[in-house]
Amino acid sequence: MVLRVCRAVLGPVAADDAWSETFLSAMKAYPGLRPDSNIEAWLVTIAHRKALDQVRVTARQPVLVPELPEVPVTDPDPVGEQPELWTALKSLPLKQRQAVAYHYLAGLPYAEIAEVLGGTAVAARKAASEGIATLRKTYPNGAES
Amino acid sequence: MTSRFEDALFAELLEVDGATRSRLHARLAAEAEAAGVLDIAYRTIDSPLGLLLLAATDHGLVRVAYAIQDHERVLDELATKISSRVLHAPARLDLAAHEIDDYLSGRRTTFDLPLDFRLSSGFRRTVLDHLPDIGYGTTASYATVALAAGNPKAVRAVGSACAKNPLPIVVPCHRVVRSDGTIGQYAGGSEAKRTLLDLEATP
Repeated sequence: MVLRVCRAVLGPVAADDAWSETFLSAMKAYPGLRPDSNIEAWLVTIAHRKALDQVRVTARQPVLVPELPEVPVTDPDPVGEQPELWTALKSLPLKQRQAVAYHYLAGLPYAEIAEVLGGTAVAARKAASEGIATLRKTYPNGAES
Repeated sequence: MTSRFEDALFAELLEVDGATRSRLHARLAAEAEAAGVLDIAYRTIDSPLGLLLLAATDHGLVRVAYAIQDHERVLDELATKISSRVLHAPARLDLAAHEIDDYLSGRRTTFDLPLDFRLSSGFRRTVLDHLPDIGYGTTASYATVALAAGNPKAVRAVGSACAKNPLPIVVPCHRVVRSDGTIGQYAGGSEAKRTLLDLEATP
């Protein structure tokens, strides 16, 4: 789940680093976690921060400014057959991409997404539905299957 | 809320191939080990006794389990009793895997790897401490072990200490047999016990 979230937010290559850092960080923090915690929401919160770190690292690389994480062309694409999907996801504003990923991939309710992203549940729902609406236009392949 | 478009879109994102998963997993295991946050590393090894699960803390080998003991259940127990920070990380088990393989091939008669006995306590632990005194190729009765462990009446407790031995094969509970000469029960099944005793009886 976390890898899919990282991929949706960052693209397939940077997602590997974010995934590894998320779980390493989760393992470090785990002993302090309250037993009644919602593990999915907790992991998404960590993944969210790690993905933002990746976004910042990528943004600092002058060549890529002002774009959000770009898949380096030299790297093999580990996901393979869906370059259009990544292009479509990448063209969404970051907040919409996050809301879409956290709701549809991680299965978090909007109230919890609001806690991760800041803002309200209504805003989180709006960001996700706008993201989906855009994807419907920019990535029509999904509608066929 | 979810329509067919979202289903189709995310079905594609769902696909994470096995190679990617293994690569990421190996990387995490190595980083977690280096960061000192891998509390339990485990792996399985194929053996004449079936698939064996080996698990180690940073103190040493903490659990050996037969397939019939249900490896998933054993891992859940480790997570509950020791720590949830459990990863498939074969490197930490290299020595244990090597020694067990040597033993099962008849190339080794004793083990000298670090052991972690934290899953056993009290009288059961005392019993386990005495088991290595039963030499390779020999057996002792439950009553004899009870006597050696300082409680000659605790014959049944010796039986349960053996049944609950967290480190079978390495801590040789298979060498404890019934006074009437039958081999008795074994956590890995009596067939596994017979195999081990036959192996040790072979010069």
